[in-house]
Amino acid sequence: MKLLTLNFLTCALKPCKASPLSFPLHPRDAELEIVESELNLSFLRNILPRLAWEELRGVVRELGLPDLPEIMPEAEALGKASSGKKTNENAANENTITTTTDEDELSPKPEVQPEAEEPDLEPTQTALDLHRLLLETSLRAGSLVCGNCGHAYKVKEGVANFLLPGHLV
Amino acid sequence: MAESEPRGEEYEAQHVHSVYEEIASHFSSTRYKPWPIVERFLKELPDGSVGADVGCGNGKYLAVNPKVFIVGSDRSTNLVKIAQQYQPHATIVADNLGLPHPTHTFDFAISIAVIHHLSTPERRMEAVKAVLDLLRPPSSAQGQTGGKALIYVWALEQKESRRGWDEGHEQDVMVPWVRHSKKEKSQKRRKGEDHGAEVAAQTSVPQSESKTFLRYYHLYRRGELERDVGEAGGKVVESGYEKDNWWAIATLQGSD
Repeated sequence: MKLLTLNFLTCALKPCKASPLSFPLHPRDAELEIVESELNLSFLRNILPRLAWEELRGVVRELGLPDLPEIMPEAEALGKASSGKKTNENAANENTITTTTDEDELSPKPEVQPEAEEPDLEPTQTALDLHRLLLETSLRAGSLVCGNCGHAYKVKEGVANFLLPGHLV
Repeated sequence: MAESEPRGEEYEAQHVHSVYEEIASHFSSTRYKPWPIVERFLKELPDGSVGADVGCGNGKYLAVNPKVFIVGSDRSTNLVKIAQQYQPHATIVADNLGLPHPTHTFDFAISIAVIHHLSTPERRMEAVKAVLDLLRPPSSAQGQTGGKALIYVWALEQKESRRGWDEGHEQDVMVPWVRHSKKEKSQKRRKGEDHGAEVAAQTSVPQSESKTFLRYYHLYRRGELERDVGEAGGKVVESGYEKDNWWAIATLQGSD
């Protein structure tokens, strides 16, 4: 389960949801793995404002991963205009290929974006790091513990299980 | 029709959850085409929207729009494992009456062909409420419309369908799922529905014969879904009938 998911999870017990202690859940005995995926810069920029940054930093610390910066990066810090110099043929080629995937056909109507997306933006190191952390770093095994009631939800083979035992329902 | 058993959680464990767990891979091989209304709903979401697919099954709706982020959940671990392949989304095992999401945060939620598996009116209402409670409330101050949910349930009125149910029929029914084994297939004529890789994969259980599983369904009458949405604190913004199913798009009722 990718770490980004933790940003949208809390305890399954209703009374816990009212308590700030129930978010985020705390990984315990975590086994991490990297599940590689393609970096999607606009996805990353869009998801950034949805992150509970302080809480995410806490989770990262608990997992013993390198600290996140104190201040959440701006969406603008994730992409840089690909250098107009011709040294970058590879990136340019990649771009021409990706624009023809069906991903683009999926949304034929143009979305109103606060700012026009530059077509040839490349990910910065910040973007690469965030992608690695949020979308590729995954919990393979361990538990997720509620800070309010202490209930531990098991994670096995990358799947977190939130089914509650009968006496808690 | 198993009428002697009391309905509720135990009943669903036996007549819904364990069946899906058992038929997961065969079921999944027959569920790959998204329904048009659901596809439209997901594709019209603004890029970067965050939401939930409650009862995501094999994850066929997770494949529709990679520009949003969806946390899919299902009771069946086997189905969740199949659904895990769709990037950039995430999937978890959870009960739709005990969802592990913060309340009132999601931009959208879908629950497609799920709530009709709950076996009492109270539990169905609770399931609708659980979906609505995921949504951002509308805020007149910021001029925001609030999160939107799409709920889809099987209709009682489907006299043109293979099942032939219609108005006035029993609404609580057991529906068979027939899984043919490889062995039986080689003896009998092949049937169209059974073609595909998943069937071939079942050669690992050469011994078993064709097996029938019964799943519980509550078939919704016209207007019943909209009524439940209203009573659960939602406001129906659009609703209709598509191919043997009733559907409704709802927001939370404005509280200001």
